[in-house]
Amino acid sequence: MTATDYERAPTVAIEDRNSALAEKLQALWETEPGFIGWLSTVDHKEIGIRYIVTAFAFLIAGGIEALVFRLQLAWPDRHLLGPEQYDQLFSTHGMTMIFLYAGPVLSGFSNYLWPLLLGARDMALPRLNALSYWIYLCAGIFLYAAFAIGFGPNDGWFNYVPYAARAYNGGPNIDFYSLGMILLGISTTVGSINFIVTFLRMRAPGMSINRVPILAWGTLTASAANIFAIPAVSLAFFLLWMDRNAGTHFFDVPSGGQPLLWQHLFWMFGHPWVYAIVLPAMGMVSDGLPVFCRRPLVGYTAVALGTVATMILGFGVWVHHMFATGLPSVSLSFFSAASIIIAVPSAIGVFAWIATIWLGRPVFTTAFLFFASFIVLFVIGGVSGYMTGSLPVDWQLTDTYFVVAHLHYVLIGINVFPVVGATYFWFPKFTGRMLDERMGRWNFWTMFVGFNLGFFPMHISGLLGMPRRIYTYADGMGWDWLNLITTVGSFVFAVGVLIFIVNVVVSYRRGRVAGDNPWDAPTLEWATTSPPPPYNFVVIPTVASRHPLWEDRLGEKSESQPHAGLVLDHGREAVGTDPLDAEPDIILKMPSDTLAPLALAIATTFVFVGLLGHWWWMVAVAAIATGAAIVVWLWPRPELGETAEARNV
Amino acid sequence: MLPSVCVAKAVAASSAPLNYLTSFGAKADATRPLTWGVTLISLAVIIIITLLVAGAIWRRPGLAPMAPGARIDVGPESGGLSWLWIGVGISSLVLLLSIVWTVSVLAEISRPGVKPALTIEVTGKQWWWQVRYLSDDPSRIFATANEIHIPTGQPVLFKLVGGDVIHSFWVPALAGKTDTIPGQTNETWLEAREPGIYRGQCTEYCGLEHAHMSLVVIAQSPSDFAAWEAHQIQSPAMPVGQAATGMSDFNMHCGSCHAVRGTAAAGILGPDLSHLMQRTTIAAGTLPNDPGHLAQWISDPQGIKPGALMQKPELSGQEFAAINAYLRTLQ
Repeated sequence: MTATDYERAPTVAIEDRNSALAEKLQALWETEPGFIGWLSTVDHKEIGIRYIVTAFAFLIAGGIEALVFRLQLAWPDRHLLGPEQYDQLFSTHGMTMIFLYAGPVLSGFSNYLWPLLLGARDMALPRLNALSYWIYLCAGIFLYAAFAIGFGPNDGWFNYVPYAARAYNGGPNIDFYSLGMILLGISTTVGSINFIVTFLRMRAPGMSINRVPILAWGTLTASAANIFAIPAVSLAFFLLWMDRNAGTHFFDVPSGGQPLLWQHLFWMFGHPWVYAIVLPAMGMVSDGLPVFCRRPLVGYTAVALGTVATMILGFGVWVHHMFATGLPSVSLSFFSAASIIIAVPSAIGVFAWIATIWLGRPVFTTAFLFFASFIVLFVIGGVSGYMTGSLPVDWQLTDTYFVVAHLHYVLIGINVFPVVGATYFWFPKFTGRMLDERMGRWNFWTMFVGFNLGFFPMHISGLLGMPRRIYTYADGMGWDWLNLITTVGSFVFAVGVLIFIVNVVVSYRRGRVAGDNPWDAPTLEWATTSPPPPYNFVVIPTVASRHPLWEDRLGEKSESQPHAGLVLDHGREAVGTDPLDAEPDIILKMPSDTLAPLALAIATTFVFVGLLGHWWWMVAVAAIATGAAIVVWLWPRPELGETAEARNV
Repeated sequence: MLPSVCVAKAVAASSAPLNYLTSFGAKADATRPLTWGVTLISLAVIIIITLLVAGAIWRRPGLAPMAPGARIDVGPESGGLSWLWIGVGISSLVLLLSIVWTVSVLAEISRPGVKPALTIEVTGKQWWWQVRYLSDDPSRIFATANEIHIPTGQPVLFKLVGGDVIHSFWVPALAGKTDTIPGQTNETWLEAREPGIYRGQCTEYCGLEHAHMSLVVIAQSPSDFAAWEAHQIQSPAMPVGQAATGMSDFNMHCGSCHAVRGTAAAGILGPDLSHLMQRTTIAAGTLPNDPGHLAQWISDPQGIKPGALMQKPELSGQEFAAINAYLRTLQ
């Protein structure tokens, strides 16, 4: 191989799935069978599915935790749980849903879908992708190990100091949580970097920046936000760990530490993170809903820009979590106005989706029901957010169940509903089989009714003054019936989730065979087989519009070539394109499967285990192993053109 | 000898004593219309959007789910932008007006119309409220716990101190929340329109017994308040008989945490008990304050409020009875 290999003019061919080329690509890209192959794969589709399955496992765990404490709260003065048990349950529930489900499940979908949506062979940095998953898994196990041995987080997911300080929280609970969160932050950070680079460099030739599916915009903005937001929370947890273990005084009040420093660092991360775990899901709806409305999304440019604008404004509202902390009114009023104004870009999305349905001809699939109902749930979560944005009102309703209602409408309405809808939509692509539509109706209506029955009354218990995070309450407060209804609703909702899981399991084996494009959808992922081959596309597609598979019917000139394009078969290869116009400018050599990411993840995890137990020998050994894994990872490989010989012309 | 306001018509009688849709004081009065306003705007938005979504769905007969691989017509990409202009335009207008309304209410409530004459320091502690009435004259400073008396018709300044972890001071009928944060002193003010008992609650998660950390604000006419205040400043009457024995037992077993004005008991870790029997509840609103519940509390604080910092005292039967007798004299 020579340097010219990167700049050669590849041949162009028409896709033939039974050609020698397809066979050659299969041999090049296929993951080795067997356990070692399974551990060493860097295929984005494998990694994406693992992300989704793991995230759903955590969703189920977090859901069961919630059902247990809903039993406790079903009526007044129940003592099913003691206060410490309740505190660990609600904290672990929050941690699980926000960090181990909501973010990772979207990473899973985007990992699976991005290269297919963008017409690429893989993510830009496949090994980093594997590392991101393995560290996520290790961090999840680390955090849950604490819960399993009775030392789960007990200070809420927000983990305010000084209650999280050693003086008030003497057990290892908060050490587990702090270190686990720092570890998880590594996963999110490297994953985000991968999405950004992939977006900028891996789009199919011709997929200029105004032709990218909205899901890609959503995940891109979320990833860019993560790069700025994660350092704040990792730093906060590191400083807290230092306070607890090394005697520093960042948050230690008697020594001049500042409790509000924690809140600023946490919410500078926390609020952008909330947008990061909904924007990609909104992208799923923006891409999925139009397919069932039989017309393209109304206002593509506005929706894409609205996504970016939401994220930018999302960095200017964190103080609305701190309205009651005694900050000066003048600065609070700025954050209050920003928190209200952030609804404007959200309104763009809402009206674009409604107009898309209105002007289209809806097809009533289960996916459509989830996407369409999402609009209403999003608006309910949105207007309750607008209410909390109004400073004097927030002084009343903050830290009551009104906020619990708000955040669940946001997280379930804008994350879970789109994710389940997206599963109905893309499951055929993932598995080659359709999810059952009949069960789908049961699934949808049970979840929709259960969710609203369970969570809408929380608005009212909030307006009637029920505080958050109380493990029990006296009768005579006016909350009894509302709590009973909420508990019943949450169980109905859980049945809906159970139906979904049954549908997935049954349809995976027995579902109707899907074919390439069962929904007659317009984007590139539907131009390849279901499930796609390891190399995604036999030849690299060329794109000339936002809807390559609908061009003939949109009255546009049919210039996209989803089934004809570059032949790249000198080893694992992909095409690199420029960030704006997606003009191809280089051939990229892609890495093969390797155990290095797994080794690096395990070694890094043991650094954290050592820090947890103050086992310094383990920290030292694991740090050396971490270094070794990095060296193996980065060792120059001729097939990637990283050795001098390989680069010589 | 509870104040006559006990039976006043205020929120005590409400079926939901912590609700903030009703209001009984200047700050909450100013906030309530805004709360209702944004709530009604929100409900209107939900209804409008739901109708639009439903209308959009059922405007044209929906198509049956497609057969896999079928090709169905698709409409053109153009059109529909007027939805965005009109929808986002109206939304922006409503949002801007909400900001103006928000800021004007904020200006109204950020400071009282007249300078408060009374200053009360409230310290949030795990899991009760220490209340100190401040004065330039040290002999007029006194402490109580969990029940805050204020005069009606005038603003009262509250200095909020974090005693250990963060708590949040909230009396919804009178005003919104302000956190008590260690290392800083926050300020808020309350003004009650009419006499009444207004329930409050800690609303920042503060650990095990966050659920059992309530308080009441008892608003009295200025003359009733003055009488109450004068009584609080005095030391309780010296006990006699069994209660006198109880006092020395109390000082020995309880005095390192609790204080009783004018006696050797001067602890600061727990609530000041000088006029305990004037309070309506014990353990920060957990139990009604009557002799039976008081005895129950002393004999098993951990069973009633698990995690509370008060440990079960090691008392003989005689000591227990004597201490109870003594406490009942603390009028």
